[in-house]
Amino acid sequence: MSSALPQVTAIARRSVVRTSRQPASVIPPLVFPVVLMAVNAGGLRSSTDLPGFPTTSFLAFALAVPFIQGALFSTMNAGTDLARDIQTGFVNRLSLTALRDWALLVGQLAGVVVLGIVQVVFYIVVGLTAGVRFESGIGGIAVLLVYGALVALSFGALGAWLAFRTGSGETIQALFPVLFVFLFISSMNAPRNLIGVDWFRIAATLNPVSYMIECVRSLIITGWDWQALGLGFGFVILLGIVSMALASRALRTRLTRT
Amino acid sequence: MVRTWNVASGVARRTLKNALFNPQIAIPTIAFPLFFFAAFAGGLSQVAEVPGFDFPPGYTAFQFVFVLLQAAAFGGVFTGFGVARDFEGGFAKRLLLAAPHRSGIVLGYALAAFVRWLVVAVLLTVVAFAVGMNVLGGPVDLLGLYVLAALVNFCGFFWAGGVAMRLRTIQAAPLMQMPVFLILFFAPVYVPLDLLQGWIEGVASVNPVTYLLETGRGFLNGDPPHVLGAFALAIGLGAAFWTWAFLGLRKAEAAGA
Repeated sequence: MSSALPQVTAIARRSVVRTSRQPASVIPPLVFPVVLMAVNAGGLRSSTDLPGFPTTSFLAFALAVPFIQGALFSTMNAGTDLARDIQTGFVNRLSLTALRDWALLVGQLAGVVVLGIVQVVFYIVVGLTAGVRFESGIGGIAVLLVYGALVALSFGALGAWLAFRTGSGETIQALFPVLFVFLFISSMNAPRNLIGVDWFRIAATLNPVSYMIECVRSLIITGWDWQALGLGFGFVILLGIVSMALASRALRTRLTRT
Repeated sequence: MVRTWNVASGVARRTLKNALFNPQIAIPTIAFPLFFFAAFAGGLSQVAEVPGFDFPPGYTAFQFVFVLLQAAAFGGVFTGFGVARDFEGGFAKRLLLAAPHRSGIVLGYALAAFVRWLVVAVLLTVVAFAVGMNVLGGPVDLLGLYVLAALVNFCGFFWAGGVAMRLRTIQAAPLMQMPVFLILFFAPVYVPLDLLQGWIEGVASVNPVTYLLETGRGFLNGDPPHVLGAFALAIGLGAAFWTWAFLGLRKAEAAGA
Protein backbone atom coordinates (compact mmCIF):
# COMPACT_ATOMS: atom_id res chain seq x y z
CA MET A 1 0.00 0.00 0.00
CA SER A 2 2.79 2.41 0.97
CA SER A 3 4.56 1.74 -2.34
CA ALA A 4 1.34 2.41 -4.21
CA LEU A 5 0.81 5.84 -2.67
CA PRO A 6 3.56 7.61 -4.67
CA GLN A 7 2.14 5.96 -7.82
CA VAL A 8 -1.34 7.27 -7.09
CA THR A 9 0.05 10.71 -6.24
CA ALA A 10 2.08 10.91 -9.46
CA ILE A 11 -0.84 9.90 -11.67
CA ALA A 12 -3.19 12.22 -9.76
CA ARG A 13 -0.79 15.14 -10.13
CA ARG A 14 -0.51 14.45 -13.86
CA SER A 15 -4.29 14.27 -14.16
CA VAL A 16 -4.83 17.56 -12.28
CA VAL A 17 -2.08 19.38 -14.18
CA ARG A 18 -3.31 18.10 -17.52
CA THR A 19 -6.90 19.15 -16.77
CA SER A 20 -5.84 22.59 -15.52
CA ARG A 21 -3.75 23.15 -18.66
CA GLN A 22 -6.70 22.55 -20.96
CA PRO A 23 -9.12 25.49 -20.83
CA ALA A 24 -11.52 23.42 -22.96
CA SER A 25 -11.72 20.88 -20.12
CA VAL A 26 -12.14 23.43 -17.33
CA ILE A 27 -14.22 26.30 -18.69
CA PRO A 28 -17.24 24.53 -20.30
CA PRO A 29 -18.06 22.45 -17.18
CA LEU A 30 -18.04 25.65 -15.13
CA VAL A 31 -19.69 28.13 -17.46
CA PHE A 32 -22.11 26.16 -19.63
CA PRO A 33 -24.30 24.78 -16.80
CA VAL A 34 -24.45 28.22 -15.18
CA VAL A 35 -25.48 29.90 -18.44
CA LEU A 36 -28.19 27.29 -18.99
CA MET A 37 -29.34 27.72 -15.38
CA ALA A 38 -29.55 31.51 -15.79
CA VAL A 39 -31.56 31.15 -18.99
CA ASN A 40 -33.91 28.58 -17.44
CA ALA A 41 -34.29 30.62 -14.26
CA GLY A 42 -35.25 33.68 -16.30
CA GLY A 43 -37.57 31.85 -18.67
CA LEU A 44 -39.29 29.65 -16.12
CA ARG A 45 -39.63 32.13 -13.27
CA SER A 46 -43.38 32.31 -13.81
CA SER A 47 -43.73 28.56 -13.18
CA THR A 48 -43.19 29.29 -9.46
CA ASP A 49 -46.78 30.65 -9.61
CA LEU A 50 -48.06 27.09 -10.10
CA PRO A 51 -49.89 25.76 -7.04
CA GLY A 52 -47.64 23.38 -5.14
CA PHE A 53 -44.33 24.68 -6.54
CA PRO A 54 -41.88 24.20 -3.66
CA THR A 55 -40.18 27.62 -3.73
CA THR A 56 -40.76 31.16 -4.90
CA SER A 57 -37.28 31.38 -6.45
CA PHE A 58 -36.77 29.39 -9.64
CA LEU A 59 -33.06 30.13 -9.44
CA ALA A 60 -32.88 28.27 -6.10
CA PHE A 61 -34.82 25.41 -7.68
CA ALA A 62 -32.61 25.32 -10.77
CA LEU A 63 -29.30 25.63 -8.92
CA ALA A 64 -29.26 21.87 -8.32
CA VAL A 65 -29.02 21.08 -12.03
CA PRO A 66 -25.46 22.35 -12.68
CA PHE A 67 -24.16 19.97 -10.00
CA ILE A 68 -25.22 16.98 -12.09
CA GLN A 69 -24.72 18.59 -15.51
CA GLY A 70 -21.16 19.46 -14.52
CA ALA A 71 -20.67 15.83 -13.51
CA LEU A 72 -21.66 14.74 -17.02
CA PHE A 73 -18.84 16.92 -18.32
CA SER A 74 -16.56 15.17 -15.80
CA THR A 75 -17.55 11.84 -17.32
CA MET A 76 -16.64 13.06 -20.76
CA ASN A 77 -13.37 14.67 -19.60
CA ALA A 78 -12.23 11.63 -17.65
CA GLY A 79 -13.14 9.31 -20.48
CA THR A 80 -11.61 11.44 -23.21
CA ASP A 81 -8.34 11.97 -21.30
CA LEU A 82 -7.99 8.26 -20.59
CA ALA A 83 -8.90 7.34 -24.16
CA ARG A 84 -6.19 9.70 -25.35
CA ASP A 85 -3.72 7.93 -23.03
CA ILE A 86 -4.74 4.64 -24.61
CA GLN A 87 -4.60 5.97 -28.18
CA THR A 88 -1.19 7.60 -27.70
CA GLY A 89 0.26 4.44 -26.12
CA PHE A 90 0.76 5.98 -22.65
CA VAL A 91 -1.18 3.15 -21.00
CA ASN A 92 0.90 0.62 -22.95
CA ARG A 93 4.08 2.16 -21.62
CA LEU A 94 2.67 2.24 -18.09
CA SER A 95 1.87 -1.45 -18.32
CA LEU A 96 5.61 -2.12 -18.69
CA THR A 97 6.31 -0.40 -15.35
CA ALA A 98 5.65 -1.55 -11.80
CA LEU A 99 2.53 0.65 -11.63
CA ARG A 100 -0.45 -1.16 -10.13
CA ASP A 101 -3.55 -1.07 -12.30
CA TRP A 102 -5.84 0.31 -9.58
CA ALA A 103 -3.32 3.08 -8.86
CA LEU A 104 -3.74 4.25 -12.45
CA LEU A 105 -7.52 4.32 -12.05
CA VAL A 106 -7.53 6.02 -8.64
CA GLY A 107 -4.89 8.54 -9.65
CA GLN A 108 -6.73 9.43 -12.83
CA LEU A 109 -9.99 9.92 -10.96
CA ALA A 110 -8.31 12.20 -8.42
CA GLY A 111 -8.00 14.83 -11.12
CA VAL A 112 -11.70 14.53 -11.89
CA VAL A 113 -12.60 14.87 -8.21
CA VAL A 114 -10.48 18.02 -7.86
CA LEU A 115 -12.29 19.56 -10.84
CA GLY A 116 -15.60 18.36 -9.37
CA ILE A 117 -14.94 20.17 -6.09
CA VAL A 118 -13.90 23.33 -7.96
CA GLN A 119 -17.17 23.12 -9.90
CA VAL A 120 -19.26 22.74 -6.74
CA VAL A 121 -17.55 25.71 -5.07
CA PHE A 122 -18.13 27.77 -8.23
CA TYR A 123 -21.84 26.87 -8.38
CA ILE A 124 -22.32 27.61 -4.68
CA VAL A 125 -20.60 31.01 -5.03
CA VAL A 126 -22.75 31.80 -8.10
CA GLY A 127 -25.88 30.85 -6.16
CA LEU A 128 -24.96 32.89 -3.11
CA THR A 129 -24.00 35.88 -5.27
CA ALA A 130 -27.35 35.68 -7.07
CA GLY A 131 -29.15 35.78 -3.74
CA VAL A 132 -30.02 32.12 -3.22
CA ARG A 133 -30.44 31.25 0.45
CA PHE A 134 -29.32 27.74 1.41
CA GLU A 135 -32.00 26.45 3.78
CA SER A 136 -29.62 23.85 5.26
CA GLY A 137 -27.06 26.54 6.13
CA ILE A 138 -23.29 26.10 6.36
CA GLY A 139 -23.70 22.42 7.24
CA GLY A 140 -25.64 21.87 4.04
CA ILE A 141 -22.94 23.58 1.99
CA ALA A 142 -20.35 21.25 3.57
CA VAL A 143 -22.53 18.26 2.65
CA LEU A 144 -22.81 19.63 -0.90
CA LEU A 145 -19.01 19.68 -1.18
CA VAL A 146 -18.80 16.02 -0.11
CA TYR A 147 -21.68 15.11 -2.40
CA GLY A 148 -20.07 16.99 -5.30
CA ALA A 149 -16.83 15.04 -4.82
CA LEU A 150 -18.74 11.76 -4.73
CA VAL A 151 -20.74 12.65 -7.84
CA ALA A 152 -17.54 13.58 -9.72
CA LEU A 153 -15.89 10.33 -8.59
CA SER A 154 -18.84 8.18 -9.63
CA PHE A 155 -19.39 9.84 -13.00
CA GLY A 156 -15.62 9.99 -13.57
CA ALA A 157 -15.43 6.22 -12.97
CA LEU A 158 -18.20 5.79 -15.51
CA GLY A 159 -16.15 7.80 -18.02
CA ALA A 160 -13.06 5.72 -17.18
CA TRP A 161 -14.99 2.52 -17.81
CA LEU A 162 -16.14 3.82 -21.20
CA ALA A 163 -12.56 4.79 -22.03
CA PHE A 164 -11.03 1.43 -21.06
CA ARG A 165 -13.84 -0.40 -22.81
CA THR A 166 -13.74 1.55 -26.10
CA GLY A 167 -10.25 3.10 -26.16
CA SER A 168 -11.63 5.87 -28.37
CA GLY A 169 -12.16 9.51 -27.45
CA GLU A 170 -14.50 10.01 -30.40
CA THR A 171 -16.75 7.18 -29.25
CA ILE A 172 -16.95 8.68 -25.78
CA GLN A 173 -17.88 12.08 -27.21
CA ALA A 174 -20.56 10.37 -29.28
CA LEU A 175 -21.99 8.81 -26.10
CA PHE A 176 -22.52 12.28 -24.62
CA PRO A 177 -26.11 12.61 -25.93
CA VAL A 178 -26.94 9.23 -24.42
CA LEU A 179 -25.89 10.45 -20.98
CA PHE A 180 -27.75 13.69 -21.58
CA VAL A 181 -31.00 11.76 -21.98
CA PHE A 182 -30.84 10.89 -18.30
CA LEU A 183 -30.53 14.57 -17.42
CA PHE A 184 -33.32 15.72 -19.73
CA ILE A 185 -35.79 13.01 -18.73
CA SER A 186 -35.60 13.88 -15.05
CA SER A 187 -37.04 16.39 -12.60
CA MET A 188 -34.44 18.98 -13.68
CA ASN A 189 -37.00 21.62 -14.71
CA ALA A 190 -40.08 20.71 -12.68
CA PRO A 191 -40.90 18.84 -9.47
CA ARG A 192 -42.05 15.31 -10.31
CA ASN A 193 -45.50 15.86 -8.79
CA LEU A 194 -46.01 18.83 -11.15
CA ILE A 195 -45.11 16.97 -14.33
CA GLY A 196 -48.40 16.66 -16.19
CA VAL A 197 -47.43 14.14 -18.88
CA ASP A 198 -47.76 10.62 -17.45
CA TRP A 199 -44.99 8.86 -19.39
CA PHE A 200 -42.56 11.64 -18.59
CA ARG A 201 -43.42 11.58 -14.88
CA ILE A 202 -42.96 7.80 -14.76
CA ALA A 203 -39.66 7.99 -16.64
CA ALA A 204 -38.45 10.78 -14.34
CA THR A 205 -39.46 8.72 -11.28
CA LEU A 206 -37.53 5.69 -12.56
CA ASN A 207 -34.51 7.82 -13.47
CA PRO A 208 -31.85 7.88 -10.71
CA VAL A 209 -30.65 11.29 -11.93
CA SER A 210 -33.93 12.78 -10.60
CA TYR A 211 -32.95 11.67 -7.08
CA MET A 212 -29.39 12.97 -7.50
CA ILE A 213 -30.79 16.39 -8.44
CA GLU A 214 -33.45 16.32 -5.70
CA CYS A 215 -30.77 15.57 -3.10
CA VAL A 216 -28.96 18.82 -3.94
CA ARG A 217 -32.25 20.68 -4.31
CA SER A 218 -33.44 19.59 -0.88
CA LEU A 219 -30.36 21.09 0.77
CA ILE A 220 -30.98 24.38 -1.03
CA ILE A 221 -34.74 24.86 -0.79
CA THR A 222 -36.01 22.49 1.94
CA GLY A 223 -33.32 22.07 4.58
CA TRP A 224 -32.55 18.61 5.92
CA ASP A 225 -34.73 16.13 4.03
CA TRP A 226 -33.26 12.78 5.05
CA GLN A 227 -35.20 10.80 2.47
CA ALA A 228 -33.95 12.97 -0.40
CA LEU A 229 -30.42 12.85 1.02
CA GLY A 230 -30.54 9.08 1.46
CA LEU A 231 -31.79 8.47 -2.08
CA GLY A 232 -29.32 10.93 -3.62
CA PHE A 233 -26.27 9.62 -1.76
CA GLY A 234 -27.48 6.04 -2.22
CA PHE A 235 -27.75 6.27 -6.01
CA VAL A 236 -24.44 8.14 -6.35
CA ILE A 237 -22.60 5.58 -4.20
CA LEU A 238 -24.24 2.72 -6.09
CA LEU A 239 -23.24 4.27 -9.43
CA GLY A 240 -19.71 4.74 -8.07
CA ILE A 241 -19.36 1.12 -6.91
CA VAL A 242 -20.72 -0.33 -10.15
CA SER A 243 -18.66 2.03 -12.34
CA MET A 244 -15.46 1.38 -10.36
CA ALA A 245 -15.95 -2.37 -10.61
CA LEU A 246 -16.60 -2.14 -14.36
CA ALA A 247 -13.68 0.24 -14.88
CA SER A 248 -11.28 -2.01 -12.89
CA ARG A 249 -12.33 -5.03 -14.89
CA ALA A 250 -12.03 -3.18 -18.22
CA LEU A 251 -8.61 -1.85 -17.20
CA ARG A 252 -7.36 -5.37 -16.42
CA THR A 253 -8.61 -6.54 -19.81
CA ARG A 254 -7.01 -3.54 -21.51
CA LEU A 255 -3.63 -4.18 -19.84
CA THR A 256 -3.81 -7.90 -20.65
CA ARG A 257 -4.52 -7.08 -24.30
CA THR A 258 -1.51 -4.80 -24.47
CA MET B 1 -24.67 27.22 -63.84
CA VAL B 2 -24.54 23.51 -64.67
CA ARG B 3 -20.95 23.29 -63.45
CA THR B 4 -21.84 25.07 -60.21
CA TRP B 5 -24.66 22.59 -59.70
CA ASN B 6 -22.31 19.67 -60.39
CA VAL B 7 -19.95 20.89 -57.68
CA ALA B 8 -22.79 21.66 -55.26
CA SER B 9 -24.49 18.31 -55.69
CA GLY B 10 -21.19 16.43 -55.31
CA VAL B 11 -20.29 18.28 -52.10
CA ALA B 12 -23.84 17.88 -50.77
CA ARG B 13 -23.87 14.15 -51.50
CA ARG B 14 -20.55 13.57 -49.74
CA THR B 15 -21.53 15.75 -46.74
CA LEU B 16 -24.87 14.01 -46.38
CA LYS B 17 -23.26 10.59 -46.57
CA ASN B 18 -21.08 11.57 -43.61
CA ALA B 19 -23.87 13.31 -41.73
CA LEU B 20 -26.55 10.67 -42.08
CA PHE B 21 -24.63 7.39 -42.20
CA ASN B 22 -21.84 8.01 -39.68
CA PRO B 23 -23.48 7.16 -36.34
CA GLN B 24 -21.15 9.46 -34.40
CA ILE B 25 -22.47 12.43 -36.38
CA ALA B 26 -25.99 11.24 -37.17
CA ILE B 27 -27.04 10.27 -33.63
CA PRO B 28 -26.46 13.68 -31.98
CA THR B 29 -28.07 15.46 -34.96
CA ILE B 30 -31.23 13.40 -34.70
CA ALA B 31 -31.30 12.69 -30.98
CA PHE B 32 -30.73 16.16 -29.54
CA PRO B 33 -33.89 17.79 -31.00
CA LEU B 34 -35.98 14.83 -29.86
CA PHE B 35 -34.49 15.02 -26.35
CA PHE B 36 -35.19 18.73 -26.18
CA PHE B 37 -38.73 18.20 -27.43
CA ALA B 38 -39.37 15.41 -24.91
CA ALA B 39 -37.84 17.38 -22.05
CA PHE B 40 -39.60 20.65 -22.81
CA ALA B 41 -43.00 19.45 -24.04
CA GLY B 42 -43.16 16.55 -21.56
CA GLY B 43 -41.38 17.85 -18.47
CA LEU B 44 -42.73 21.37 -18.59
CA SER B 45 -46.31 20.72 -19.72
CA GLN B 46 -47.69 22.22 -16.50
CA VAL B 47 -46.24 25.59 -17.50
CA ALA B 48 -49.36 25.92 -19.68
CA GLU B 49 -51.28 26.27 -16.40
CA VAL B 50 -49.34 29.38 -15.36
CA PRO B 51 -51.75 32.35 -15.05
CA GLY B 52 -51.61 34.40 -18.25
CA PHE B 53 -50.34 31.60 -20.49
CA ASP B 54 -52.58 31.70 -23.54
CA PHE B 55 -51.71 29.47 -26.47
CA PRO B 56 -54.79 27.52 -27.61
CA PRO B 57 -52.97 24.68 -29.50
CA GLY B 58 -51.31 23.71 -26.19
CA TYR B 59 -47.83 23.43 -24.73
CA THR B 60 -46.65 20.63 -27.04
CA ALA B 61 -47.26 22.84 -30.09
CA PHE B 62 -45.71 25.81 -28.25
CA GLN B 63 -42.47 23.86 -27.74
CA PHE B 64 -42.57 22.16 -31.15
CA VAL B 65 -41.96 25.47 -32.90
CA PHE B 66 -38.94 26.26 -30.73
CA VAL B 67 -37.41 22.81 -31.20
CA LEU B 68 -38.07 22.93 -34.97
CA LEU B 69 -36.27 26.28 -35.29
CA GLN B 70 -33.51 25.09 -32.95
CA ALA B 71 -33.00 21.94 -35.02
CA ALA B 72 -32.90 24.10 -38.16
CA ALA B 73 -30.24 26.39 -36.73
CA PHE B 74 -28.14 23.55 -35.33
CA GLY B 75 -28.49 21.50 -38.53
CA GLY B 76 -26.69 24.43 -40.16
CA VAL B 77 -24.13 24.78 -37.39
CA PHE B 78 -23.29 21.05 -37.35
CA THR B 79 -22.73 21.21 -41.11
CA GLY B 80 -20.34 24.08 -40.40
CA PHE B 81 -18.40 21.66 -38.16
CA GLY B 82 -18.05 19.42 -41.22
CA VAL B 83 -16.66 22.34 -43.25
CA ALA B 84 -14.08 23.00 -40.53
CA ARG B 85 -13.17 19.30 -40.43
CA ASP B 86 -12.75 19.25 -44.21
CA PHE B 87 -10.40 22.24 -44.08
CA GLU B 88 -8.45 20.82 -41.14
CA GLY B 89 -8.05 17.44 -42.82
CA GLY B 90 -6.93 18.93 -46.13
CA PHE B 91 -9.96 17.69 -48.09
CA ALA B 92 -11.20 21.24 -48.71
CA LYS B 93 -7.86 22.18 -50.23
CA ARG B 94 -8.25 19.44 -52.84
CA LEU B 95 -11.86 20.53 -53.31
CA LEU B 96 -10.81 24.13 -53.99
CA LEU B 97 -8.28 22.91 -56.56
CA ALA B 98 -10.76 20.62 -58.29
CA ALA B 99 -13.93 22.74 -58.35
CA PRO B 100 -14.39 24.89 -61.48
CA HIS B 101 -16.92 27.05 -59.63
CA ARG B 102 -15.98 27.41 -55.98
CA SER B 103 -19.26 29.02 -55.01
CA GLY B 104 -20.70 25.55 -55.67
CA ILE B 105 -18.74 24.28 -52.67
CA VAL B 106 -20.57 26.62 -50.28
CA LEU B 107 -23.90 25.96 -51.97
CA GLY B 108 -23.29 22.21 -51.68
CA TYR B 109 -22.68 22.43 -47.96
CA ALA B 110 -25.79 24.63 -47.61
CA LEU B 111 -27.85 22.08 -49.52
CA ALA B 112 -26.56 19.32 -47.26
CA ALA B 113 -27.46 21.39 -44.18
CA PHE B 114 -30.97 21.82 -45.53
CA VAL B 115 -31.52 18.10 -46.26
CA ARG B 116 -30.00 17.23 -42.89
CA TRP B 117 -32.51 19.49 -41.17
CA LEU B 118 -35.34 18.18 -43.36
CA VAL B 119 -34.72 14.63 -42.11
CA VAL B 120 -34.86 15.83 -38.50
CA ALA B 121 -37.93 18.01 -39.22
CA VAL B 122 -39.87 15.07 -40.66
CA LEU B 123 -38.97 12.88 -37.69
CA LEU B 124 -39.81 15.62 -35.20
CA THR B 125 -43.14 16.33 -36.90
CA VAL B 126 -44.10 12.64 -36.87
CA VAL B 127 -43.23 12.38 -33.16
CA ALA B 128 -45.12 15.61 -32.37
CA PHE B 129 -48.30 14.43 -34.08
CA ALA B 130 -47.90 10.97 -32.52
CA VAL B 131 -47.94 12.52 -29.03
CA GLY B 132 -51.06 14.52 -29.86
CA MET B 133 -49.87 17.96 -30.96
CA ASN B 134 -52.77 20.25 -31.90
CA VAL B 135 -52.53 22.50 -34.95
CA LEU B 136 -55.14 25.21 -35.44
CA GLY B 137 -53.52 26.65 -38.57
CA GLY B 138 -54.12 25.39 -42.10
CA PRO B 139 -51.74 23.85 -44.65
CA VAL B 140 -50.53 27.30 -45.77
CA ASP B 141 -49.69 28.18 -42.17
CA LEU B 142 -47.73 24.95 -41.78
CA LEU B 143 -45.90 25.62 -45.03
CA GLY B 144 -45.06 29.09 -43.72
CA LEU B 145 -43.61 27.59 -40.55
CA TYR B 146 -41.37 25.16 -42.45
CA VAL B 147 -40.19 27.85 -44.90
CA LEU B 148 -39.33 30.09 -41.95
CA ALA B 149 -37.40 27.21 -40.35
CA ALA B 150 -35.57 26.53 -43.63
CA LEU B 151 -34.45 30.17 -43.68
CA VAL B 152 -33.18 29.77 -40.10
CA ASN B 153 -31.31 26.66 -41.28
CA PHE B 154 -29.57 28.68 -44.02
CA CYS B 155 -28.72 31.43 -41.52
CA GLY B 156 -27.23 28.84 -39.14
CA PHE B 157 -25.14 27.26 -41.87
CA PHE B 158 -23.90 30.48 -43.48
CA TRP B 159 -22.89 31.79 -40.05
CA ALA B 160 -21.04 28.61 -39.05
CA GLY B 161 -19.63 28.03 -42.54
CA GLY B 162 -18.25 31.58 -42.58
CA VAL B 163 -16.49 30.97 -39.26
CA ALA B 164 -15.23 27.55 -40.43
CA MET B 165 -13.75 28.96 -43.65
CA ARG B 166 -12.03 31.75 -41.79
CA LEU B 167 -10.51 29.67 -38.98
CA ARG B 168 -10.31 26.31 -40.82
CA THR B 169 -10.12 24.20 -37.65
CA ILE B 170 -12.64 22.15 -35.71
CA GLN B 171 -11.40 23.93 -32.57
CA ALA B 172 -13.58 26.80 -33.77
CA ALA B 173 -16.68 24.69 -33.01
CA PRO B 174 -17.58 26.55 -29.77
CA LEU B 175 -17.36 29.85 -31.67
CA MET B 176 -19.85 28.53 -34.22
CA GLN B 177 -22.14 26.94 -31.65
CA MET B 178 -22.26 29.18 -28.59
CA PRO B 179 -23.63 32.39 -30.18
CA VAL B 180 -26.39 30.37 -31.86
CA PHE B 181 -27.19 28.58 -28.63
CA LEU B 182 -27.33 31.85 -26.70
CA ILE B 183 -29.46 33.78 -29.21
CA LEU B 184 -31.94 30.88 -29.32
CA PHE B 185 -32.21 30.54 -25.55
CA PHE B 186 -32.38 34.30 -24.95
CA ALA B 187 -35.77 34.19 -26.70
CA PRO B 188 -39.11 33.27 -25.04
CA VAL B 189 -38.41 29.53 -25.03
CA TYR B 190 -40.70 28.35 -22.22
CA VAL B 191 -43.38 31.02 -21.94
CA PRO B 192 -44.64 33.87 -24.17
CA LEU B 193 -42.74 37.16 -24.08
CA ASP B 194 -45.31 38.91 -21.87
CA LEU B 195 -44.80 36.32 -19.12
CA LEU B 196 -41.03 36.80 -18.97
CA GLN B 197 -39.68 38.87 -16.11
CA GLY B 198 -36.38 40.51 -15.23
CA TRP B 199 -33.28 40.64 -17.43
CA ILE B 200 -34.44 37.89 -19.80
CA GLU B 201 -37.53 39.91 -20.70
CA GLY B 202 -35.33 42.85 -21.76
CA VAL B 203 -33.00 40.64 -23.78
CA ALA B 204 -35.83 38.68 -25.41
CA SER B 205 -37.61 41.90 -26.43
CA VAL B 206 -34.71 42.92 -28.68
CA ASN B 207 -33.74 39.41 -29.78
CA PRO B 208 -34.65 38.82 -33.46
CA VAL B 209 -35.32 35.14 -32.72
CA THR B 210 -38.26 36.25 -30.57
CA TYR B 211 -40.05 37.56 -33.67
CA LEU B 212 -39.33 34.38 -35.62
CA LEU B 213 -40.62 32.27 -32.71
CA GLU B 214 -43.76 34.34 -32.26
CA THR B 215 -44.56 34.12 -35.97
CA GLY B 216 -43.81 30.38 -36.03
CA ARG B 217 -46.06 29.77 -33.03
CA GLY B 218 -48.69 31.97 -34.64
CA PHE B 219 -48.66 29.71 -37.71
CA LEU B 220 -49.65 26.73 -35.51
CA ASN B 221 -52.29 28.88 -33.85
CA GLY B 222 -53.71 29.93 -37.25
CA ASP B 223 -53.13 33.59 -36.45
CA PRO B 224 -49.48 34.47 -37.17
CA PRO B 225 -48.33 37.93 -36.04
CA HIS B 226 -45.87 40.11 -38.03
CA VAL B 227 -45.42 37.55 -40.85
CA LEU B 228 -43.85 40.00 -43.31
CA GLY B 229 -41.50 41.33 -40.64
CA ALA B 230 -40.39 37.83 -39.62
CA PHE B 231 -39.71 36.74 -43.21
CA ALA B 232 -37.96 40.02 -44.01
CA LEU B 233 -35.81 39.52 -40.92
CA ALA B 234 -34.98 35.90 -41.78
CA ILE B 235 -34.18 36.77 -45.42
CA GLY B 236 -32.13 39.80 -44.33
CA LEU B 237 -30.13 37.74 -41.85
CA GLY B 238 -29.73 34.99 -44.46
CA ALA B 239 -28.37 37.52 -46.99
CA ALA B 240 -25.96 38.95 -44.40
CA PHE B 241 -24.66 35.52 -43.41
CA TRP B 242 -24.49 34.48 -47.10
CA THR B 243 -22.14 37.42 -47.66
CA TRP B 244 -20.22 36.46 -44.52
CA ALA B 245 -19.80 32.89 -45.79
CA PHE B 246 -18.69 33.88 -49.30
CA LEU B 247 -16.21 36.39 -47.88
CA GLY B 248 -14.98 33.49 -45.72
CA LEU B 249 -14.50 31.42 -48.88
CA ARG B 250 -12.43 34.24 -50.38
CA LYS B 251 -10.29 34.31 -47.22
CA ALA B 252 -9.79 30.55 -47.42
CA GLU B 253 -8.79 30.87 -51.08
CA ALA B 254 -6.39 33.68 -50.27
CA ALA B 255 -4.83 31.62 -47.49
CA GLY B 256 -4.44 28.65 -49.85
CA ALA B 257 -6.72 26.74 -47.44
